[in-house]
Amino acid sequence: MKISNSKKIHENIAIIFMWGAMLIVFGLVISVIWTVFSKGMKAMSWEMVSSLPGGGFYIGKEGGFLNAIVGSLYIVGASTLLGLLISIPVVFFLNIYLKKGSKLAYAARMAFDVLFGVPSIVYGAFGFTIMIFFGLRTSLLGGIIVITLLIIPIFIRTMDEVTRNFPRDILDASFSLGATRWETLKVVLRQIAPGIATATLLSIGRAIGDAASVMFTAGYTDSIPTSLSQPAATLPLAVFFQLQSPIPEVVDRAYAAALVLTVIVLILSISGRFITNKFSKNKI
Amino acid sequence: MLVLTLFSVLFVAVMFVGLYLKSAPVLEGKSVWTLLTASEWRPMKGEFGFFPFITGTLWATMVAILLALPVSLLTAIYLTEYAKPVVKKFVFPALDILAGLPSVIYGVWGVLVIVPWISQRVAPHFVEFSTGYTVMAAGIVLGVMVIPLLVSLFIEIFSSVPKELREASLSLGATRWQTTRRVVLRQTLPGIMASTVLAISRAMGETIAVLMVCGCVIGVPHGLLDACYPLPALIANNYGEMLSMPLYESALMFAALILFVVVLIFNLLSRMVLYRIEKKNA
Repeated sequence: MKISNSKKIHENIAIIFMWGAMLIVFGLVISVIWTVFSKGMKAMSWEMVSSLPGGGFYIGKEGGFLNAIVGSLYIVGASTLLGLLISIPVVFFLNIYLKKGSKLAYAARMAFDVLFGVPSIVYGAFGFTIMIFFGLRTSLLGGIIVITLLIIPIFIRTMDEVTRNFPRDILDASFSLGATRWETLKVVLRQIAPGIATATLLSIGRAIGDAASVMFTAGYTDSIPTSLSQPAATLPLAVFFQLQSPIPEVVDRAYAAALVLTVIVLILSISGRFITNKFSKNKI
Repeated sequence: MLVLTLFSVLFVAVMFVGLYLKSAPVLEGKSVWTLLTASEWRPMKGEFGFFPFITGTLWATMVAILLALPVSLLTAIYLTEYAKPVVKKFVFPALDILAGLPSVIYGVWGVLVIVPWISQRVAPHFVEFSTGYTVMAAGIVLGVMVIPLLVSLFIEIFSSVPKELREASLSLGATRWQTTRRVVLRQTLPGIMASTVLAISRAMGETIAVLMVCGCVIGVPHGLLDACYPLPALIANNYGEMLSMPLYESALMFAALILFVVVLIFNLLSRMVLYRIEKKNA
């Protein structure tokens, strides 16, 4: 009797601790989101998201941070496209052309996992040295290249996860009907489309939020870049720089920019979950 | 396709060589050991001692892992061993959000919530005055940032334990918690350690959020309420001025190289363990 009692007590204590841990996680999410929304909503206005920084912007005069929004969109859009173009062939190569248990596939997966773990500041520093090597200044192009390098590992590893779970019987079926590898590829592509979508959303989230790498490579500017060789502002850096200002109006803009960034990321994360749920329902 | 794949594999090496070449000038004058253990940092005089930055990184990372590990472990255990689908429906999106929020947002949160909390509530009990920009603030913010990574790794590892093992233990009259402790946790110990190493390397490289709350005072921190200046913050803070002095640039690239090498080793080791678990699982 005594033993089973202590068993029950242990069980209950453990459950209480686990609930505590989950409450902490929820508390943290709510605290972060609430902080950003309550500060950001106060500072938010139409002017913020629709106009460029005016004269005297950094001492609290009129203007907004449209430059950062557009800069971020340019960089994220271009690097997502580039990332997709590079990643999809690699994923197919790893999963269809190479046999299971291939050494090259192991090495490649390891390399991408390691690259995924490399801090963005190191990407920034490395990208910066390359830009100096080629005589480039901080520019939109530099930002796009570095962000592309940064998100390729995420693209590949996320798509790879989905493709690996893909039943190989379908491949065999396709091959046995006389399809070439290229034709089979199209069959696979249709099957893993939701995986590609999830990977894309994840990558966009990482790309739009990363500050350390674009700091070195894209620089910062008050205008919207009109060519690849001009510097570009980005949202995370807009938050970072303006938050350091001693002037309250400028700090308020940092909060508003943080709100815009958070809303974008929230939308991405919710739609990512939605796609995953839908996908797992239709799974074979 | 082969070319693209090979290039990606080689890219790790290219990155190492690039950073190494750039940091060569500062390595010419002094040995790696001297650079790592010296604590004088005077770029103007060409003195580069990385010890304060390395200890700063270690302090912040240690605090972060100590805070994040119990929370993540308990959450992951609950989600895999106990939780009903309804609970998962709420917790997973919450973790998604934590994982997706950009570093700079955590920085804003740290500046608005954690830093004032430390400076007004915590610090007065121990020291006379603290701005709140401390090792503790950096550790808390980093800890929150690695929680989603740890939880998702742990869940993956725990799900790799065969159901039969759990059922065997339960049928012998063990409670769920006993089963978790003696079967699941014991089975997955190598995986738990590998995931923790991975989280450590993630925390070490985190830049903007830490930069915003760490205080950025050059000096070896001696406690939770001292300011610190981790390596990534050093690089990010000085990139503007570094071009004026060739040796300075080289020193900052050496900082990036240290980070790269540490992260590389940690990642290789932990991924090898995790791959083996995954393989057994498949």
